[in-house]
Amino acid sequence: MTVTESQNFHRLDAVIVGAGLAGLRAALELAKEGLSVAVLSKVYPTRSHSGAAQGGIAAALANVADDSEEMHMFDTIKGSDYLGDQDVIELFVSEAKKTVYELEHFGVPFSRTENGRINQRPFGGHSSPRACFSADITGHVLLHTLYEQCVHHQVHFYNEFQVFSIIMNNNSCAGVVAWDIRHGGLHVFHSRATLLATGGYGRAFKISSNAHANTGDSLALILELGLPLEDMEFVQFHPTGLYKHGILLSEAARGEGAHILNNEGVRFMEHYAPGKMELAPRDVVSRAEQSEINEGRGIDGKDYVYLDLRHLGRKKIMDRLPQVYELALNYLKVDGCTAPIPIQPTAHYSMGGIPANIHTEVIRDAQGTIVPGLYTAGEASCLSLHGANRLGTNSLQDAATFGRISGQRIRQFLTQAPLLTLSSDVLETAQHKVDQFTLGTGKERHAAIRSELQQQMTQSVGVFRSEPEMIKLKEKILELQQRFKDVKIDDKGAVFNLDLIEAYEVGNLLAFSQVIVECAIARKESRGAHYRTDFPKRDDENWLAHTLAWRNEAGKVSLDFSRKVNIDMNRYPPQERKY
Amino acid sequence: MAKQDISARILRFNPDHDKKPRWQTFQLSVEDDLTILDVLNEIHWHYDGSLSYRRSCRSAICGSCAMKVNGFNVLACETPIHRFKSSTLRIEPLPGFPIIKDLVVDMEGFFDKMRIIKPFLVVSRATPEKEFLQSPEEFEQIREASDCILCGACTSSCPSLWSNEDYLGPAALLKAYRFIFDSRDDASRERIEQINDRNGIWRCHTIFNCIEACPKHIKITEYLSRLKVKATENSF
Repeated sequence: MTVTESQNFHRLDAVIVGAGLAGLRAALELAKEGLSVAVLSKVYPTRSHSGAAQGGIAAALANVADDSEEMHMFDTIKGSDYLGDQDVIELFVSEAKKTVYELEHFGVPFSRTENGRINQRPFGGHSSPRACFSADITGHVLLHTLYEQCVHHQVHFYNEFQVFSIIMNNNSCAGVVAWDIRHGGLHVFHSRATLLATGGYGRAFKISSNAHANTGDSLALILELGLPLEDMEFVQFHPTGLYKHGILLSEAARGEGAHILNNEGVRFMEHYAPGKMELAPRDVVSRAEQSEINEGRGIDGKDYVYLDLRHLGRKKIMDRLPQVYELALNYLKVDGCTAPIPIQPTAHYSMGGIPANIHTEVIRDAQGTIVPGLYTAGEASCLSLHGANRLGTNSLQDAATFGRISGQRIRQFLTQAPLLTLSSDVLETAQHKVDQFTLGTGKERHAAIRSELQQQMTQSVGVFRSEPEMIKLKEKILELQQRFKDVKIDDKGAVFNLDLIEAYEVGNLLAFSQVIVECAIARKESRGAHYRTDFPKRDDENWLAHTLAWRNEAGKVSLDFSRKVNIDMNRYPPQERKY
Repeated sequence: MAKQDISARILRFNPDHDKKPRWQTFQLSVEDDLTILDVLNEIHWHYDGSLSYRRSCRSAICGSCAMKVNGFNVLACETPIHRFKSSTLRIEPLPGFPIIKDLVVDMEGFFDKMRIIKPFLVVSRATPEKEFLQSPEEFEQIREASDCILCGACTSSCPSLWSNEDYLGPAALLKAYRFIFDSRDDASRERIEQINDRNGIWRCHTIFNCIEACPKHIKITEYLSRLKVKATENSF
């Protein structure tokens, strides 16, 4: 029997990898038109990490104060430290309101103003209260609502499928090969269009707000195809990670008026961003925290500071920040109504990712040559909307808006796109990876390798970075990559083999982490979330450009900085970024 | 922070070579502020990679890691080991679901029941240019029910479901509540009819196990009672 006759073969108009906000929104757009679309997710769709977003989704609805698309645009550009592409940002803000109204019509339960409108709260770096919210579970209700709509429109889900390779025909994409986690076995998803919407890659760091699933698998697959990643040095560290756990405490806490204090009880943001205080953007607040800690003003001289909610009062805390309250209580036994909560910066969001144009079409070079049939949206992508630093609540908006745009673009593409032929060895790459682990007789435990990687990444490409540290990290990663070749797994079975999945993920982490470090070493300036203690200033003359990075089969990384940032010099010329 | 010696007794099942589930005990010395998920990770990462379980977000919002620990349905990720007096942890898959492997259970039936109640907003009016208006009081009606993370802890704890697997169960009925009491929904009558039978709302015998099991502290039984009242009103 050939692979195309097997029950593990699926022929589709479109396959979507990832069932978070971006993937589901795109799926809905296609399913509504009656196209055959499959959504593959390594977890059940409602388990996707979009659901962990708490504070809100940005749109200038002006429901509680004056606001405009222009203000949203300027805030996003400034927040990006002028690395965001302004054509993409303009499209984003012009679609944002429509996206929120549409989500509300789908059934999202939003918190309301007294006159029945969607309620909005302030958020870091936004000059007006722009975060449309549902208590502090906004991502959760958006994710569940979109999943409900997908059920309504009969989207076909392949839950607990892990993609192991992307199928190419010459330079075009023809689908993916995925491992059925529950039963074991590889499946071919042969499709005319493929969307990568696999989310972020924060699991490369020890202190991280990210889910176990956020291992950047599709980024590693892109590298494997000889395609580039973009702006990988820009990793956002969120200032209010729960101490030691890294779990996110929503920025909504600061939006509602929480303070951040050092060991002297001082609201130290007055020294770093007196205009915005705690509501400065995340990169600014995280650096302030880390500076306080490094200078000995962490609590008890340790590596944390305090998030103080107490003055908000129990009622407001319970109404607006129930999840924040619950997390502190459960994990640290701290009652946020009566005591300050220990926090530290935590790896949170990946501004970099798979390069794509404004239509979400994946590109292969600095000239913007597209890879026909391949798309990307949400955190996995780099359009680049967020530039060097993302503003809070712009990510849910990004995923929902560009998920829709991606779905529309794919729909157009499908009116004329052919189904490409598959070669007879379509399974080979994926099968080789499975065999490497299940037939391997190595000695190394993948968990130990991952743990060393995460530890070093947090230490050396964290909030503050310097060349000597990063050179050491680069060498460490090369060593770990060697050790990984000798990895073993205990579980050789087919059914729900978590050991196999984790081993595969560690290989992916090692591949793109090397790219993060090499990009960070190369960019000799400080911009947004990328802060070099040896180059502490932004340098527009030399570095107002995107980074493209390739990793060849031998594991060597090459870089290109010729992709210019889209800037409207008349309207939004680069200025010094002060808050 | 101190070290603590614990025994983790885990109900194991591998369909490749086990006829029925068996207990396996791991003796560990761990920091006393760990969670159940940390303990499982410790075992999986350093002792026995063949242990399987579901987990993702680590922050009690994705709903992957519901399981039974020392007799209680909990989320492993948010449950610290110090919550239990005993240094022995008995960790089992969620009761009432078929076991796939170790702590991983088959939730397809659970999600299928969710589909029966039409889990999506139905609007038959014209949609406004902006948002539908909904008062804070109307939002409050559905706020808590919208917290549900579909972890299955409630449904697993329900004796009514143990005795009749066709019962929709608390999670699906709570989802029905969330739409029936949503001021924007136009299908409430149809939804009530759907659940107004003996495998629907009337199979709930107000045992309250679901409330105790719910990691989000949703007063599920109370909402199901409101559905009963609504169903009674509808039939007269």
